[in-house]
Amino acid sequence: MATLEIRDLHVTVEVENGTKEILKGVDLTVKQGETHAIMGPNGSGKSTLAYSLAGHPKYTITGGTVTLDGEDVLEMSVDERARAGLFLAMQYPVEVPGVSVSNFLRTSATAIRGEAPKLRTWVKEVKEAMERLNIDPSFAERNVNEGFSGGEKKRHEILQLELLKPKVAVLDETDSGLDVDALRVVSEGVNRVRETGEVGTLLITHYTRILRYIKPDHVHVFSGGRIVESGGAELADKLEEEGYEAYTKGGVSA
Amino acid sequence: MAEAQTIPVGSTTAGQIAVAAESTVATRMSAPPSFDVADFPVPHGREEEWRFTPLERLRGLHDGTAVATGEGLKVEIQAPEGVTVETVGRDDARLGKAGTPADRIAAQAYSAFEKAGVVTVPKETVLTEPIRIAVHGEGGTAYAHQVIELGAFAEAVVVIDHTGDAVLAANVDYLLGDGAKLTVVSVQDWDDKAVHVAQHNALVGRDASFKSVVVTFGGDLVRLHPRVSYAGTGGEAELLGLYFTDKGQHQEHRLLVDHNTPHCKSNVVYKGALQGDDAHAVWIGDVLIEAKAEGTDTYEMNRNLVLTDGARVDSVPNLEIETGEIVGAGHASATGRFDDEQLFYLMARGIPADEARRLVVRGFFAELVQQIGVDDIEQRLLVKIDEELEASV
Repeated sequence: MATLEIRDLHVTVEVENGTKEILKGVDLTVKQGETHAIMGPNGSGKSTLAYSLAGHPKYTITGGTVTLDGEDVLEMSVDERARAGLFLAMQYPVEVPGVSVSNFLRTSATAIRGEAPKLRTWVKEVKEAMERLNIDPSFAERNVNEGFSGGEKKRHEILQLELLKPKVAVLDETDSGLDVDALRVVSEGVNRVRETGEVGTLLITHYTRILRYIKPDHVHVFSGGRIVESGGAELADKLEEEGYEAYTKGGVSA
Repeated sequence: MAEAQTIPVGSTTAGQIAVAAESTVATRMSAPPSFDVADFPVPHGREEEWRFTPLERLRGLHDGTAVATGEGLKVEIQAPEGVTVETVGRDDARLGKAGTPADRIAAQAYSAFEKAGVVTVPKETVLTEPIRIAVHGEGGTAYAHQVIELGAFAEAVVVIDHTGDAVLAANVDYLLGDGAKLTVVSVQDWDDKAVHVAQHNALVGRDASFKSVVVTFGGDLVRLHPRVSYAGTGGEAELLGLYFTDKGQHQEHRLLVDHNTPHCKSNVVYKGALQGDDAHAVWIGDVLIEAKAEGTDTYEMNRNLVLTDGARVDSVPNLEIETGEIVGAGHASATGRFDDEQLFYLMARGIPADEARRLVVRGFFAELVQQIGVDDIEQRLLVKIDEELEASV
C-alpha cells in the first residue's frame, strides 16, 4: 500500500528582504485510500506545502524528509515525482500556448504510464472521462488552459487526475472560485477516483464547503506553517462554526 | 486591431497604424530605391533601416569593402521538363523588373553581380515536381541575382536551399504572370559563420497567387527583405516565415507589402523561437495601402517564443493606410516566453524538461508548418526544429 510520509518539513522562500521560513516542521502521513483535509487561514502555508511536495523550484527545503513508499521524494525532479505517483491539482493551472489538450494529455499519460496508451482505447478513455466531467469535446483541440474559465481549468485538472491515476493526489484549493454546480461536478470526479481505493488524497482548502461533497477521514488545521490540530470529520464542523480565530490568535505563528 | 504585448526581459514590440496622406514607409528610408549603389550613403547604424543590424558583422557588404571571390559559392538548379534554366548577362531585360533595390546592400548586389540566373516556367505549364535550387557556400564572397518567371496560368513550387559558409548579397525576383501560382520556399540552413543579405521582389500579376515561405535556422547574420507589389487586380500574396534563432545569431526579416493596386489580398505570418545568449531576432512588417488600392484585404502577424534568458526580439508591425475604402487591414505582434511556470506545469504531469520544451515549440510552429503545403518540406522542418532544440537545450 502506497504511503506518503512527511516528517518535520521545513521550507523557505526568497522574499524581497531576505529568506522567509514558511513551513516550520510539518508532519503528516497519507496512505492509499485515505482522504485528508488540510484547512487553514490564508497565508498559513497550505499552498507552499502543496508546491513543495510537487517540487516547485521557488521553494527551498531546509529540513525534514518526504518519502513515497520509502523512496526519497525530495531527491526527485518534478517529473520524476509525477512518474513516482504524486499528482498536484493546481489552484492556478498554467496556460501553455501552442499545446492542445489532447496532445498534452497523451504526452503526459505516456510519460506516467511508461508507454504510449493504445490509440483506440485512449480516445475512448478520454472521451468518457470528459463526458463524466461535463467537458465539451471541443476542449481537446484547445490549447492547455488558454482562455479557460476558472471552472474549466479546475475540471481540466480533475480530468488529468482521473486519467493519470496517481498514488497520492494533492488538491490545492480545487474548490476556490467554483460555483455550486461546478463544485459538485469536480467533487464527483474526485470521489470517483477515491472510490477506487487506490489513491491517497490530500485536500487543501480554505472553506468547509467542499467537505460536504468529499468526506475526509482526517482533518488537519494548518496555521503558522505547521499542523496545529488533527481530528476526524467533526473537526471540520467545529471550524465551520468557529472559524480559524482560535488558531491564529495566541502565538501559534511565533 | 493592433495588439501588442511586451515582456520585460530583452524584447521590444512596437506597432503603429498610420493614416497618412503620404507614405512614410518610403520616407523612413535613407534614400529612395535605386539600382546604383552610389545612390545610397554608407550606413553608420542609426538609420531606421539599419538600426537593428550589427554592421560590424556584415563583413563589408554595406560599405563596399566586401570583394567577390569569383568562386566559393555553388548554385545547382534541378528543374522538371518544360522549365527553361539560363545564365544571362547584366543587360538581360528580365532583370530588375520585379522591384528596385531598397537599401545599400541590395543596390551593392545589383551593382556587383556579373551573371544572373533566370528560370522560366512557360505559360499554362503546371509543374507537378518542385524546381530545386541548391546554393552551397564554400567560404566565398558573392553578389548574385536570380529571376524566377512564371507565364500566365503557370503553376510551380520552387525550393531554394542555402547551406555551407558564404558571404552573400543577392536580389531574387519573382515575376508572376496573370493567374499564375507560385510557391517559393527559401531555407536558410547556413553554417554558423555565414552572412546572407537578400532582397526578394515579387510582382504579382492579375489574379495571380504568390506564396513565400522563408525558413531561417542558420548563419551568423541573416537579413532578408521580402517585398511584394501587384501588377493587376485580384492578386494574392501569402508570406509565411519561420525562424529559430540560436545563441549569438542575428536573424532579421523585413517585409513590405505594397498594395499599389485595387482589390488585392495579403496575409503575413512570421513565427520565431529564440534560445541562448545574444540570440537576436528582428521582424519589421510594413504594409502600405496606397490611395488607389481600394478593396484591399490585408493582415500581418508576428509571434515570438523566447525559450531562455539572454535572447532579444525586436518586432515592429507598421500598417499605413491611405484609403478608407478597404475590406480589412490589421496587424498583431506578440512575444511570449516559455517560462518556468509552464515548464513546472508540464513536468508536474510527468513530462521531462526537454520533452516539455519540444512539445511547446512544436505546438508553436505546427500551425504555420501545416500551411506550407509542400509535404517533404513540412516533414523536413519538423525534424529540423527538433534538431535545433536538441542542439542547445
